[in-house]
Amino acid sequence: MGQATTTAPHPHASPDKSVTDGRLQGLERAGAWRLFWWKFKKHRLAVGSGILIILIYLISMFAEFLAPYAPGDYGARYTYAPPQGLHIWDGENFSLHVLGYDVEFNPESYEREFIVDPEQKVPLGFFVKGSPYKMWGLFASDIHFLGPLDPSQPMYLLGADRLGRDMLSRIIYGTRVSMTVGLVGVSLSLFLGVLLGGISGYFGGHIDNAIQRLIEFLLAIPTIPLWMGLAAAIPPTLPPLQVYFMITIILSLVGWTGLARVVRGRFLAMRNEDFVTAARLDGAGEVGLILRHMLPSFSSHIIAAVTLAIPVMILSETALSFLGIGLRPPVVSWGVLLQEAQNIRSVATAPWLLTPGLAVVITVLALNFLGDGLRDAADPYAD
Amino acid sequence: MLTYVLKRVLFMIPTLIAVSIVAFVLIQLPPGDFVTTLAAQMSQMGDTIDPTTLAMLREQYGLNEPVWKQYFIWISNILLHGDFGRSFDWGVPVSELIWDRLGLTLVLSMTALIFTWVVALPIGIYSAVKKYSVGDYVASFMAFIGLAIPNFLLALILMYLSYRFLGISIDGLFSREYADAPWSWGKALDLGQHLIVPVIVLGTSGTAALVRIMRANLLDELYKPYVTTARAKGLSEWRLIFRYPVRSAMNPFVSTIGWTLPELVSGATVTAIVLNLPTTGPLLLRSLIAQDVYLAGAMILMLSVLTIIGTLISDLLLAWLDPRVRYQ
Repeated sequence: MGQATTTAPHPHASPDKSVTDGRLQGLERAGAWRLFWWKFKKHRLAVGSGILIILIYLISMFAEFLAPYAPGDYGARYTYAPPQGLHIWDGENFSLHVLGYDVEFNPESYEREFIVDPEQKVPLGFFVKGSPYKMWGLFASDIHFLGPLDPSQPMYLLGADRLGRDMLSRIIYGTRVSMTVGLVGVSLSLFLGVLLGGISGYFGGHIDNAIQRLIEFLLAIPTIPLWMGLAAAIPPTLPPLQVYFMITIILSLVGWTGLARVVRGRFLAMRNEDFVTAARLDGAGEVGLILRHMLPSFSSHIIAAVTLAIPVMILSETALSFLGIGLRPPVVSWGVLLQEAQNIRSVATAPWLLTPGLAVVITVLALNFLGDGLRDAADPYAD
Repeated sequence: MLTYVLKRVLFMIPTLIAVSIVAFVLIQLPPGDFVTTLAAQMSQMGDTIDPTTLAMLREQYGLNEPVWKQYFIWISNILLHGDFGRSFDWGVPVSELIWDRLGLTLVLSMTALIFTWVVALPIGIYSAVKKYSVGDYVASFMAFIGLAIPNFLLALILMYLSYRFLGISIDGLFSREYADAPWSWGKALDLGQHLIVPVIVLGTSGTAALVRIMRANLLDELYKPYVTTARAKGLSEWRLIFRYPVRSAMNPFVSTIGWTLPELVSGATVTAIVLNLPTTGPLLLRSLIAQDVYLAGAMILMLSVLTIIGTLISDLLLAWLDPRVRYQ
């Protein structure tokens, strides 16, 4: 935290050494980032959500290791297998296991039915050998965090889909794509938003007017039909990675407007502040003035706005992929997974196909709480 | 007021032009043109199409002209003749397909908007007046959940629950016997019943947002001196709240229609696809996947135009409610 004090706008921002004993030095001697942190810490829900978000990003980083199976592993015998309960006690001893399935043919509905068989125990273990993978494309391994001790036995903690693929593994892999779509999309939006919002707020006048009209125009178009039109124009022959980038670009086409508004508002408010005038009189150039003096002083606001923009991106990607015009299999994202649950028939036979939706809701909630907390903390002097 | 209305209507014209350009660009994005797609489709079905017919079609739609000229042909056909081009997926003029569906989309969005207001206002007022009460926390919590659940997921969950526990399927907007029947009271009533689920699905996120806005606005007003004065005069508490602070807290509320409407139309598109409603949503998706560009372009254009007109109405409403807006 301390190193940021040099860029803080407050004239009596203290050098590192004098704030080492924090609160004792008093509010007026603390740097902007320290105040930000103090205020943020008080918002317990936001802190909790922040920790949860970090965990979710860790899951997405170590997906290969954490997921019991590879996302494409299928088991024809276990199509639409229901979720198994995780047991940690076998009556006498600690033993991590799930119960196996018995498959029965229902003569009335002509469907296969899974019955959990309490006699069959599938012992589980940590750091077991399973399907091989290459961590980050670098290290080959086949150790998984959790899995059945005998790899031929089934473990479907969240059930299986139409092809007998493990939902839990697919949700874990989906985390990677869904969470980074938000990040990449927001980075693009941030670039556009800071650039155009900054120009708008700093120069004002006709340029400001033109950019404001552009923003109003983009906000007036219903986004989903617009996105659908753009996404449908992506050629189906494109490799998955390019589709991914096209989708993020499409999402940020509208996403930058919110950030631009925040940046513009801050620039307008700050243009006539004393420290800006002082820097100008000191002979700072336009670019230096913006980059060295103005941007750092409202970066906390930008962080808050960015945090609140990520869930919007995640929801949009999910909606587009769900409709089948966003990311496409074999890419695994939460929206692509929910595509399996598109019709009522499959949801009725396998309600666990909706579990990726739970991941979406939890993530979006946590990001919203975190963003709210950051936004409150961005104004450390309020109340 | 009249000058304000005129000014706003005039300001709308460039926006409408911009929207039409965007819709046209979307039509142009997929590779090839309408005629090549048509020819490909015909040859797929085993038919061959006469090259002179192709040339004639190209001529008719001005496909040999430069892009800006094509735009003028397209937009003037729409404006002067109401001709949106032909849907080659359906084999009929686009205008035959879209009006009914646009009408139903409008009905759905408007009902959802009214639902949002009717639900959000009282909850917002209650949350602000009884700040930090159990009810306030419940409302805030529900509001957050409402914001975080995507429309289509909520639709799926409601569909699953009603199928699982009530044994009925809740998709569509009309029962089978009314689907193709002419309009009657019975059909309107049937539509009303089928609207309940889509309206709840659509209204939830908007309601959640509005409850939070109303609560914040009213909290800003509630502790102002004029409220204390009114209380000192001996006005009963609820009458006082409704007569003064609620009225001033309403203004920002009205101006939110401007952004709720595009969101509702967006949400209506996805929800309609999941619930299989005969609105523009499923038709738009199908036309986009089939690269039925004129149909898709017409729908994107009309949905945007409707939204812009809706926003205009909300602006005028706001100006009528709050005279200060007119003089800015």
